Order: sequence, then C-alpha cells, then structure tokens
Amino acid sequence: MNELIAHYNHQIVIVLMCLGIYVIMARDNLVKKIMGLNVFQAAVILLYVTMGRVDGGTAAILVDDPGATYSNPLPHVLMLTAIVVGVATTALGLALVVRIQEAFGTIEDGEIQALEEQQVP
Amino acid sequence: MTGLIDIVVLSLLVVTAVMVGQLRNLFAAAMLTGMYSLLSAVWMVVLDAPDVAYTEAAVGAGISTVLMLATLSLTTEEEREASLIEPGPLFVALITGAVLLYATLDMPRFGDPSSPIHTHVGAMYLERAPHEIGVPNLITAVLASYRGYDTLGETTVVFTAAVGVLALLTAPPLDRRGLPFRRTASLDTSMASQSTLGGDGSLPQTSLADDEVAT
Repeated sequence: MNELIAHYNHQIVIVLMCLGIYVIMARDNLVKKIMGLNVFQAAVILLYVTMGRVDGGTAAILVDDPGATYSNPLPHVLMLTAIVVGVATTALGLALVVRIQEAFGTIEDGEIQALEEQQVP
Repeated sequence: MTGLIDIVVLSLLVVTAVMVGQLRNLFAAAMLTGMYSLLSAVWMVVLDAPDVAYTEAAVGAGISTVLMLATLSLTTEEEREASLIEPGPLFVALITGAVLLYATLDMPRFGDPSSPIHTHVGAMYLERAPHEIGVPNLITAVLASYRGYDTLGETTVVFTAAVGVLALLTAPPLDRRGLPFRRTASLDTSMASQSTLGGDGSLPQTSLADDEVAT
C-alpha cells in the first residue's frame, strides 16, 4: 500500500495522459484532437517536473543558508523548452485546421473522409 | 497543508481533463484547456518549479487558448454529435495506462533525494553553477549557459513553426481537389495579388476605389 502512495504523482499524471490519448483518438473534431494533444503534453511536462522534486527542497534559486536543499533544475529547464515548442506545434496544427475548413467546409474527421472518397472517380 | 493542496489541485485537473473531452461546445472546451494549464501551473509551484509555472501560465494558458479561440472564430464553435464512449480508443488508452502504471512501480519514490535523476548532471549543475555562472537563479544559469544550444534549437523550432503558420495562412485558398478556387474573372484578377485569411479580401479593394472616387 505504501508502495502505491509513494507513486501518487506518477499515477495522476498517467491518468491525465490516458485522458489526452483518448480524446485524440476518439473525437472526430480536429480542434478537439488538438485540445487532447495539449492535455497530453501538459501531463508529460508534469511527469518530468514531479521527478525534479526533492523532499524538503526549495526552488532552485540560491538562498543565503548554506545547508539548503534545492530541487533539481535540469527537468525544469528541459520542460521550459518543451512548453514553448508545444505551443509552436499547437499553432501549426490550428493553422492546418483553418486551411482544412477553407477547403472542405468542415473540420469533422469522418465528413472529410467521406468528401475525399467522393472525389475519387 | 501541501497534501491538501495536492488533493484539490489534482482532482480538479482530472475533472477538467474529462470535461475537455466531453463538452460539445468548443468555446467552453477551449476555456477549460486554459484552466487545465493554469491548474498544472499551480501544481508546478507546489513542486518547487516556479519558472516552469510562469511559462506554463503565460504560454500554455494564455497564448494556446487565444490561438484556439481565434481558430474557432474562423471555423465552428459546436462539435458534431458523437457517441461519448468509443470502444477502440478506450481499449488502447486503458491498455497504455495499465502498462504505464505497472512501470511506475520501478520508478524511484516521489521526492526521493537519492534517485538517479538527482545524482548525476543535475547535482553537478547545483554544485558548480554558483561559482561558474554567478546567477542566483540556477534555472536561468542552466538554460542560458550550460544548455544554451537547447535554447538555440528551441528558437529554431519556433521560427520554423512561425514560417509554417504564415505560409499556411497566407497561401491562396484551394478547393478540396487542391486546385485554386474558380471565381468570376473580374474578382480573380483583383484577388491574385492578395493574400487572404478568410478567403474574402474584396472589402479593402472596394473601399480603396471609393476613396479614389471621392478625391
């Protein structure tokens, strides 16, 4: 039981990841798929940030106390990069959605596929 | 105290993520993704990562939400009716989750100071950055100095994405066969030189003509 509670951070993050994956796969609407991708991405970022945490630690900003424990700055730095790259991906995906709406008049995956099949002579 | 905040924030995160999947109204879902980012920023503050929390709150909750709202204003705000539970995706998501949950049992305990992540390069940064870089904020020191190339690569990715978005949004509109829209001949010539977003750029042209008539 203790073993399970010691990993509660990982477990919650995995639940969030699965919700994100499910939304990406199950929803037909393209904007909704990108929202699912955002949920998934924030969950991955949280996974890394929880790993950088140290018991009794503080934020990695130097204080006068020489005996202070700091959380690990490395995952934080990597995730700062990941957040910005994630927003760039979101922007590109949404721009594609706008173009798809222009060309097909819909952003529902199933309807787009039906239109594509009509095209084939 | 931290335990209580954890419980509240984490349950709100899960509820928000579920509602993002369920809601049919896309504007409401977009606002909820912003809320989800903000809640994850709150949990990052609890996890001693204020810098990541700032960025997530500004970029994840701010810019992403604005981009989504802009897209929705150009497309549609209501999702088509669909079944809430899709068996195939649900199965894949549950299997993935079960495998990952099993794998967590091999991970070091939450907050364990002796876990591998804290004993290699991270510890070296904590030890050396105060003398070598001299910036009190160690995250800034690592980001801008030890891992400056990461930041350079990040800038490249953002630049590429910006170029891609501009190319996508300013290209002339195509129909679904990938051919340019056929318009009436007079409109076609005036549209050819113009890059349009919504596919209709005729308004500025007429107002310009009116001005010329007035003078």
